[in-house]
Amino acid sequence: MSRISKDQVKHVAHLARLAVTEEEAELLTEQLDKIIGFAEELNELDTDNVEPTTHVLELKNILRKDEVRNSVSVDEAMKNAPSERDGQFKVPNILE
Amino acid sequence: MSILDKKISELHQLLHTKELSVTDIVDATFDRIHQVDGKVKAFLTLNEEYSRIKAKQLDEKLVSGADRGLLFGMPIGIKDNIVTKGIRTTCASRILENFEPIYDATVVERLNQADTITIGKLNMDEFAMGSSNENSGFHPTHNPWDLSCVPGGSSGASAASVSAGEVLFSLGSDTGGSIRQPAAFCGVVGLKPTYGLVSRYGLVAFASSLDQIGPVTRNVEDNAYLLQAIAGNDPMDSTSAKVDIPDYLASFTGDVKGLKIAVPKEYLGEGVEPGVKERVMEALRILEGLGATWEEVSLPHSRYALATYYLLSSSEASANLSRFDGVRYGLRSDNSENLIEMYKQSRSEGFGEEVKRRIMLGTFALSSGYYDAYYKKAQKVRTLIKEDFTNIFEKYDVIIGPTTPSASFKCGSMTKDPLTMYMNDILTIPVNLAGVPAISVPCGFSDGLPIGLQIIGKHFDESTIYRVAHAFEQATDHHTEKPKL
Repeated sequence: MSRISKDQVKHVAHLARLAVTEEEAELLTEQLDKIIGFAEELNELDTDNVEPTTHVLELKNILRKDEVRNSVSVDEAMKNAPSERDGQFKVPNILE
Repeated sequence: MSILDKKISELHQLLHTKELSVTDIVDATFDRIHQVDGKVKAFLTLNEEYSRIKAKQLDEKLVSGADRGLLFGMPIGIKDNIVTKGIRTTCASRILENFEPIYDATVVERLNQADTITIGKLNMDEFAMGSSNENSGFHPTHNPWDLSCVPGGSSGASAASVSAGEVLFSLGSDTGGSIRQPAAFCGVVGLKPTYGLVSRYGLVAFASSLDQIGPVTRNVEDNAYLLQAIAGNDPMDSTSAKVDIPDYLASFTGDVKGLKIAVPKEYLGEGVEPGVKERVMEALRILEGLGATWEEVSLPHSRYALATYYLLSSSEASANLSRFDGVRYGLRSDNSENLIEMYKQSRSEGFGEEVKRRIMLGTFALSSGYYDAYYKKAQKVRTLIKEDFTNIFEKYDVIIGPTTPSASFKCGSMTKDPLTMYMNDILTIPVNLAGVPAISVPCGFSDGLPIGLQIIGKHFDESTIYRVAHAFEQATDHHTEKPKL
């Protein structure tokens, strides 16, 4: 039984904001199925009473003083913009 | 012997006695690059004009007797996922082909304070995803020991450029072995520091809970110099640890008497080539001869590290790489009429195959209905892997094994099946999951290709790693071998 279907791959691609062709979806289905199948070996381990590790260092709530500091200028922020107008990022239509 | 074969301490002596100028060093560096980089293809961007100006400025400093930084006048190559103000930074991805950062990464700032010269930016697997440099969006880098072989990855060019004598040293980044595996393949010294020792501010994020920047050098002493310059807390990176930074150069006592070495049986088991095992056993005998003792131990969850790593790193990557949307920087596709299509087209045109595959895997593992089964499960197994290391380090000072199961391989020989390529990192990945530091040092050859010895230490105990690596280096001459180019 396959672990992931082509339709699921297309759905995940949409969530990931990737455009995939039919051929790409097919290849990805096959490859992801294999990788996920490999990952399922983790199920051999009983982890019911194991805490998850999100981070290896014991750091908690790293805070800094809420002070006003210089930030990036508009010119700098726009330096790498693919498209801009009047110091703002320009994007295609959002509303139809 | 070329001036580029000398150690930092030797070059500093020559600068001090005025037998050499910084301009001489920079000239020799670019001569070498122009001579061999057509074959090695390590650099994506050269910073030649600036480097020559900076060399002159430093020479003036030399004459005036002004204070000199720790790495005064030393030429360095920087992996192209570390941002450099005004110098193109691509992550070897088409999506960032023309990206010019507006700030320096903290490590780059610290290097500038140490008076290094940024010679250029080094090729890599796109967004640090890969083990051969063949995933670069521009061109592959070649192994200086055999140009038909890969240099490893993802910091393949960081290792190849140092091995080829193009730069004295370089910075790489290591998420699952990306400094150590190429260092092993190219016969150089590469350290992945403890997670949190070196600031990640300005390192383009791949998997934030695993990424670490680290030094790649031709010998252990230079490695310690470079780490000394970049280590230490940074308020700009909230995961940066607040620890005292020791004097790493003080660790070169040459003394390993009484050192307790653990050798995991899982690191010398099935899948590890005989040529690799032999070199590691030789290395253990050498350390034994110097007064260390070793015992076989077990890291029982090692075999689950690879799957754990691919689930966690891909999940984190899928979130981190969502910033590349074609709006604020990077490539934007012209082939779209609305915003969602623009996102999709820009990302699909800009990212390479492996990057897309990992974004897909990560998005799947984090998606509704699968999160607990894959992502959370992997986080729990990560705890078990981390505990394996904690248990061993209660009784032993270091863990030693090979860096990789085999020596370098032919370009194109592993690109068909992603899983086969992933196996390269099977001995380096557990270290990232546990957050501990580890170095790869040259320990000989197998069929003419270099082999790396991996020395793993306790959290924030880089000093012991350096002490052992240096003692081993002094007892052997592997690090003096150079590729013929």
